[in-house]
Amino acid sequence: MAKAVETQNLERVKSVRRVPQEEYYVPGHRTCQGCGPALCYKLVSKATGPDSIFLGPTGCMYVANTSYLCSPFAYPWMHTQITNAGAVASGVEAAYQVLIRKGKYKGKLPNIVVMGGDGGSIDIGLQAMSGMMYRGHDALFIMYDNESYANTGIQTSPMSPYGANTTFTPPGKAIPEGKVLFPKDAPQMVIGGHPAVKYVATASLAYPVDLINKVRKGLNVVGPTFIHIHCPCPKGWLFDADKTIEVAKLAIETGMWVNYEWEEGEYTYQHTPKEYTPVKEYMKTQERFSHLTDEHIAKMQAFIDAKLKAPGKPVPLPVTSPRESV
Amino acid sequence: MSKKKYCEKFSVPEHLTVPLGACIPAPVKEQRAMITGNWRTERPVIDHEKCNLCLNCFIFCPDSSWHLDEEEEKMVWNADFCKGCLLCVAECDVDCLDAENELNFKGGVVRLDKPY
Repeated sequence: MAKAVETQNLERVKSVRRVPQEEYYVPGHRTCQGCGPALCYKLVSKATGPDSIFLGPTGCMYVANTSYLCSPFAYPWMHTQITNAGAVASGVEAAYQVLIRKGKYKGKLPNIVVMGGDGGSIDIGLQAMSGMMYRGHDALFIMYDNESYANTGIQTSPMSPYGANTTFTPPGKAIPEGKVLFPKDAPQMVIGGHPAVKYVATASLAYPVDLINKVRKGLNVVGPTFIHIHCPCPKGWLFDADKTIEVAKLAIETGMWVNYEWEEGEYTYQHTPKEYTPVKEYMKTQERFSHLTDEHIAKMQAFIDAKLKAPGKPVPLPVTSPRESV
Repeated sequence: MSKKKYCEKFSVPEHLTVPLGACIPAPVKEQRAMITGNWRTERPVIDHEKCNLCLNCFIFCPDSSWHLDEEEEKMVWNADFCKGCLLCVAECDVDCLDAENELNFKGGVVRLDKPY
């Protein structure tokens, strides 16, 4: 579908010094103090530049940013329903392809970026996102993951970790651990089920230059791409506003979050620590895990060990994808 | 652009156009309609002599309140939009940033008679 368009070549950023100083997600928005998703939006905007179209499904970054007829976006931005972000992105891309083919639009295809929350991309908006990936539209789907439906009051979502205290899963006498279920694995879902996808990555706020480079790489690839970004949320996870980056770093050190890139079947891992710290250290920083007992934390540690395949040791590379292990 | 001109330019039949929902102007450098500087209770104060321009405050600020003045080679703070989350103080490489109470000033301390 995206054959006639020339590919662009956004250059890699080598250090923090080379990150562009211009802001396209300008100051003046209603997000909380120390907001992780807002920082994610800022870094992604720096990576894409002004020649882009952003689509925002309903979520924190729509509700808190575009209140009372003002918005902080210095590029074209459109609100979509929470269910149909992928479908709208498909439509925008297809319209540009037709206009370019008929010669009615002179210029390159703009960067089409969807900034979906975890609800808008992997829970409510899953079918539209999957449809976009299946049809092979040239758009980048970014999922900023704050592990809850935060703008309506921290309800549980499929990305909330085991044992999280949310409005829908409060700990009590009958269910002492809060959330009983384990979260979905979003990147593996995209990799395993969509043959048109050529590039999938996970990124973390603790390593902003790596995040910017992954976004640029995703935009350079022709066809649908998916990036999953870990965004700590001070209000939802209940920690102090100045600890957002600390929590993001700790998630990588404990193995709660793994940074990797998947490119046409090959995995490369970034920022793997030499030795993983116990997950208890990560859970201690957040109030939402404060009700858990040692038994529950052991269950969480077992889940992470299974995910990393090697407890307390570096990950043996490459980790087999679910398809290979069958 | 009026609807008629738009239809002529893109050669779209008029009965096929869809009315737009809401259009709002895009900001250029700052969104002055949403000043958030009055949220903070503590503000970061920079010591320019200690600062080694690691740019951690610039890259980690969710409100884009720090930027590098390239001519004078120092960091500039935007008081109108800083929400006072103090992420910059926590992430500074050389500890040149300090948190100070919002009501403390150089010439003295301002205190409100009663909290509001």
